[in-house]
Amino acid sequence: MQEEVLKAPSGSRTGDPLYPDVLVVGGGNAALCAAIRAAEEGRSVLLVEHAPQSLRGGNSQHTRNFRCMHEGPKGILSGAYPEEEYYADLLRVTAGKTTPALARMVIRQTTAAYDWMEEHGVRFQPSLGGTLSLSRTNAFFLGGGRALVNAYYHTAERLGVHILYDTEATALTVEEGVFRFAVIQYKGIRHEVHARALVLASGGFESNLEWLEEAWGPSARNFLIRGTRFNRGRMLKEMMRHGASIIGEPDQCHAVAIDGRAPQFDGGIVTRLDCVSFGIVVNEQAQRFYDEGEDFWPKRYAIWGRLVAAQANQVGHVIIDSKALNDFMPSVFPPLEADSIEALAERLGLEPAALRKTVDDFNAAIVADRAFDNLVLDGLCTRGLAVDKTNWARPICDPPFYGYTLAPGITFTYMGVEVDEKARVLFEKTGASPNIYAAGEIMAGNILGQGYTAGIGMAIGTVFGLIAGEEAAHASR
Amino acid sequence: MQVVDPRTFERSMPTPANPLSVVDITQEARRNAEVCNACRYCEGFCAVFPAIEAKRVFDDRYIDYLANLCHNCTACYHACQYTSPHVFDLNVPKALTQVRVSTYSRYVWPAFMSGAFERNGTLVAMATALIFTLVLVLGILLTDPAQLFAVHTGDGAFYRVISYEAMVSVAGAVFVFDLLAILLGFARYWSAIGGRLKHFFDVGAVGRTLHDALTLRHLGGGDDGKGCNEEDATYTNRRRRFHHLMAYGFLLCFAATSVATVYDHVFGWIAPYGYLSLPVLLGSVGGVMTMVGTAGLVWVKLKLHDGPAWKAVFGMDYAFLVLLFWVNFTGMALLVLRGSSAMGLLLIVHLGFVAALFAVLPYSKFVHILFRLGALLKYHTEVRR
Repeated sequence: MQEEVLKAPSGSRTGDPLYPDVLVVGGGNAALCAAIRAAEEGRSVLLVEHAPQSLRGGNSQHTRNFRCMHEGPKGILSGAYPEEEYYADLLRVTAGKTTPALARMVIRQTTAAYDWMEEHGVRFQPSLGGTLSLSRTNAFFLGGGRALVNAYYHTAERLGVHILYDTEATALTVEEGVFRFAVIQYKGIRHEVHARALVLASGGFESNLEWLEEAWGPSARNFLIRGTRFNRGRMLKEMMRHGASIIGEPDQCHAVAIDGRAPQFDGGIVTRLDCVSFGIVVNEQAQRFYDEGEDFWPKRYAIWGRLVAAQANQVGHVIIDSKALNDFMPSVFPPLEADSIEALAERLGLEPAALRKTVDDFNAAIVADRAFDNLVLDGLCTRGLAVDKTNWARPICDPPFYGYTLAPGITFTYMGVEVDEKARVLFEKTGASPNIYAAGEIMAGNILGQGYTAGIGMAIGTVFGLIAGEEAAHASR
Repeated sequence: MQVVDPRTFERSMPTPANPLSVVDITQEARRNAEVCNACRYCEGFCAVFPAIEAKRVFDDRYIDYLANLCHNCTACYHACQYTSPHVFDLNVPKALTQVRVSTYSRYVWPAFMSGAFERNGTLVAMATALIFTLVLVLGILLTDPAQLFAVHTGDGAFYRVISYEAMVSVAGAVFVFDLLAILLGFARYWSAIGGRLKHFFDVGAVGRTLHDALTLRHLGGGDDGKGCNEEDATYTNRRRRFHHLMAYGFLLCFAATSVATVYDHVFGWIAPYGYLSLPVLLGSVGGVMTMVGTAGLVWVKLKLHDGPAWKAVFGMDYAFLVLLFWVNFTGMALLVLRGSSAMGLLLIVHLGFVAALFAVLPYSKFVHILFRLGALLKYHTEVRR
């Protein structure tokens, strides 16, 4: 790698790799789409990825599908998913916090993006076991996001994109909204990259726990990050410093309740726990604090991160009995197991008598007037508790009992730079930049102001990555 | 529930004094399968992942089944978000390869031959050298020196060097033993993974099994057939094609032998046959295909990415591939030079390699055929896609 930096990217006009036409900061889906697109326009491209090669791809390596509009059956997608339905789904999850023109543009371009992805090495597969509800709306990547990222890196290399791993962009020099040069640390050595255009696709700042702590207070220290450790938000800070228009607030993040034993970073999909709606959730005082059966888990899992984050020590404990053990997707860690509620309480570090009382009160409050059915909102509920459970309330009485400890798992942050339909970064004073573009998580908040729906992040990243790459290529002509 | 916390699970490094135990490798494969079951991103690559998703708990026999469903195409390794340096350190192809080789040794017949799969490359190479030398020495000692280097042509030319009876009786005995050993070994594996006799009469399942095997579907890395991985994360069908060349070449050679047997016993036509006769045509096409296929597979293996490869097992693969290559190479040489004075010696050399191949057959890579077919048949009777 050391000597590679001395080689010029193909097509470079100056012959110096530090003077490419287009500099792409980031190494995930959006960055790669932009780099490939710009290279196909004949531009010399330098892509700097903070991670080493073995951890490349940012949060994209943990993704599995992308939400795709289509008027009829397309590839592995069944039926049709028209623009209006897609847009309605987006409005519902964001509660209207979106930019309609940009949202519709992304939605319309996902159809062509599907073909573009396939042409550039991405392989699709039918929706996975346990995700049948997505077979019409979401195109799954064969092998997941890591395989997609591998395919794009291969394509980028083939097109002559110069890729530097272990390279962090640390500072940007911007004059009145015009990018001049970037400072990068390549294996500990400082270099300046003078490019004609800049694409920022460096992700959010969810892995910057200090920044999260500024917004959330000390509780952020107990957050687990589901994705890459390299999303430090450095470029976002640089854009803020240079007066870019910022959307969203720093305390907004997509937080779900995951297994508390997950690693600090990169736990990905396997640390999710889908058992909340089949049992009860208590805090460290062994008290319930929210209706576990409010709605189907896929519709509610994203509120539980915040719920758990609000409890003491950011901890919650799911308690289920043997009836429920096979009702949810297997997760990566085995549950704690005990033959009595008291013994389980001890294993979980709870007061045995307190948990006993919570479980007894819960069991006694169940209105057992109907059969349990996990396929519908069965209305099997409790009555008279401070916090009632409105569906799937079965008594917790059949040993062995099982417990999982929950912690808030941060998927991504919403705060980012404001962009226009050409992916240009908007500055407070000077408006749209002539040569700074943004794609992916750093600007996803323009479309996804809050909430989440499966595959929307990859849709935004792909469409805006392609636009940013194309526009940056034109700007650097 | 037999489950392991993937974070705290520690594997002991194998050393010559402390080789991998079956407990360790089965547990490691189980740990991998449990993480896969919570992820499922690789579902479309091959049969292994739908088979994992069919269970929540994986007993040892089920791991033995998964191990032989795996074709070691390594696509899941390159796609995996949990490979080293991730703390989960997943490596499904490697874990299943380790178990797969252990199934050969644990279910082998007779059981005392289990050691044959411990250092199989060495064993096959040594056995080949020994048998080859034996045939060579016996061949030279028992053949009339005047005949050995003479030019033979016409009907029965080969048999003037080595007698027809010697060839047929030795070959027949070895062949019957091979068949018995391979089938009995397979039967032990098949019943262990829960296979039943009635599964062989499930026409649909047998048909899908044969289709998968004959097309090597699971080296195609998914329904689009764009291939799997070898040296890096890019997809290729190279390994699949080389394996087809080898396997179908081998079948053509087998067909050549069968046709020749019919010629001999039914029509009384005595070998050698003309260059344009059916046995020679089948044999030469098959021989060239097998040579290209085996050489290609060795080449592919040499280039295989270090991550998912368990190189301790490569000795078994190389030994068998090279042996098969030499059987075909000497066979082709015999065909080309059969009109010359070298024929006598070449015949002995060729038969030496053929004898070695059939002698080691039940204790070589060859056994993977039935183990894979058995696993695929179980898959197609249980998981319908």
